[in-house]
Amino acid sequence: MTGAATQAGPEARLTGAGIHKSYGSLPVLNGIDFSLTSNEAVGIIGPNGAGKSTLLSVLSGATPPTQGTIQLNGSDVSDLPARDRAAHGLVRTHQIPKPFSGITIFENVLVAATHAGARRKGEAYDLALDALDVCGMLPVANRPAESVGLLDRKRLELARALATSPRLLLLDEIGGGLTDAEASELVDTIRSLRARGIGIVWIEHIVRILLQVAERLVCMDAGRIIAEGDPETVMTDAQVVSAYLGGAPA
Amino acid sequence: MTIHRWTWQSKLTFTLAAALILILALVPAFASDSVNERLTVLFIYVILAAMWNAMAGYGGLVSIGNQLFFGLGAYMTIRLADAGINPFAAMVLGAVIVAGLSWVLSLFMLHLRAGEFAIGMWVLASIAHLCVNLDPLIQGETGTSLISLNAYAIADRRMMIFWAALIGMVGLLALLFAVLRTPSGLAMQAIRDNEEAADSIGVNPMRTKRLFFVLAGFGTAVAGALWLAQVSAFQPKTYFSVQWTAYMIFMVLVGGLGRFEGAILGALIFFAAETWFAATGVWYLIGLGAAALLFSLLLPKGLWGWIATRTGVSLMPLGYRVHMETPSK
Ligand SMILES: Nc1ncnc2c1ncn2[C@@H]1O[C@H](COP(=O)(O)OP(=O)(O)O)[C@@H](O)[C@H]1O
Ligand SMILES: [Mg+2]
Repeated sequence: MTGAATQAGPEARLTGAGIHKSYGSLPVLNGIDFSLTSNEAVGIIGPNGAGKSTLLSVLSGATPPTQGTIQLNGSDVSDLPARDRAAHGLVRTHQIPKPFSGITIFENVLVAATHAGARRKGEAYDLALDALDVCGMLPVANRPAESVGLLDRKRLELARALATSPRLLLLDEIGGGLTDAEASELVDTIRSLRARGIGIVWIEHIVRILLQVAERLVCMDAGRIIAEGDPETVMTDAQVVSAYLGGAPA
Repeated sequence: MTIHRWTWQSKLTFTLAAALILILALVPAFASDSVNERLTVLFIYVILAAMWNAMAGYGGLVSIGNQLFFGLGAYMTIRLADAGINPFAAMVLGAVIVAGLSWVLSLFMLHLRAGEFAIGMWVLASIAHLCVNLDPLIQGETGTSLISLNAYAIADRRMMIFWAALIGMVGLLALLFAVLRTPSGLAMQAIRDNEEAADSIGVNPMRTKRLFFVLAGFGTAVAGALWLAQVSAFQPKTYFSVQWTAYMIFMVLVGGLGRFEGAILGALIFFAAETWFAATGVWYLIGLGAAALLFSLLLPKGLWGWIATRTGVSLMPLGYRVHMETPSK
């Protein structure tokens, strides 16, 4: 393993307190308190439109909260743009992949490595290659990003985020549409990142996959956290069962 | 695994280009005046195409107002030469001033989105045109000329302008090539393709776009100053005309948007078309329009884009290739 080997340094911590977010008159997040350290993997579930992706956008700095504060490693980053949060080790992936379609897969990842991950050129190459390796994308490294399918675009989201050498990684539905074999490969990948000391938030609908990684589970509905804690307990919570699973326990 | 940035084709290209530049530098020694003058025009077209491509092709900054930089480059040269500065020094200094001005303009122009930016640039060019008209030195649309060039004998002058244009073109192409190969060059393409995603992984979109905006402002101003030196007359409306940007767009779309070789090829095609058909007047313009239309319908990636995708050739590579060494031991 090259570049992004085990992350050293003190524990990283992200905290969002009292987060509200509205788009115009539409309230999307209604008072969320959430925290993540580099020592845990947290799963987020919830029905479509619950506000899960919006929460990642607010935490990562893609969009400002209407109310509430966000702290990263003890300092207030509420006004910091996403690029600066990425430089401090906090990065997210996009539910709908946003590849840089005019350049190659390797170059996509290299942008991340040179701008947030590495200081020296050789180091950036190592980071980028390592990120592609972890995601199994080396075989398509020289392909233009516009030429790969949805599965590789999702992998690219992960590889690109990884090349920033994050301490905290926010993943938004990177496992949708996978076969069983691909899904268990992804689980192994996420576990290996966890073992490197990267804290992980993973939004996923396929609860079965999530439970193999998440040590803590958060369930959102209508812009609120309706249950949180040990995965087994959350999955049997009455509110979760009715809101998310439509009445039948999984 | 190793990362490669050059190919044997590109090494050959640069060797041939160096030889070609040397030959071009000797042209004034044996070619006729009209050949000298036409080649000077070609060099200016290459600059114009490359600079518009730098903004639109690599940065997604589509502008229909780049005559702003072109006109200001010429105007600043007139102004500085009038203040007693050597005309050739005035051309360089004038372009540097335009670059500074582009930096100031970028502070608000780059906050505009796609269509607003394109139109906004045109509006700025029109405002600059009006302001230049207010300068008594210019005498309104009557215009003026770069009289200080008359200090040189006509043959010397023609040769110096030729060399200035050659140096300007080669220097600006080299500068653009070098910038595009830095991490900022790659970041600019990332911003073009998805600004939010680029920001999410540490890229500063505003700073990166500003670099390209100022670079294009500088290069296009050099072209304007060279044009002024070549024709000597300065009438504001011929410099601040949207026709210049129309030419840039034509050259880049025909050659290949977002391709380094494409802008150069497009300038050559435009130059050839002008040389052979411009005398046919209105038919020439209709032909240009039809060609642009056909290219956008049949070869949306331009001529060079079509060639490069079919053959995989990259003469002036900006990117990175990953070579996997097969573990043979
Ligand atoms: N940029 C936006 N502008 C307006 N409404 C939005 C925007 N992004 C999300 N929404 C709305 O916010 C709600 C929550 O969306 P989202 O966070 O994507 O939910 P989830 O990821 O849980 O499915 C939805 O009703 C969606 O339509
Ligand atoms: Mg979502």
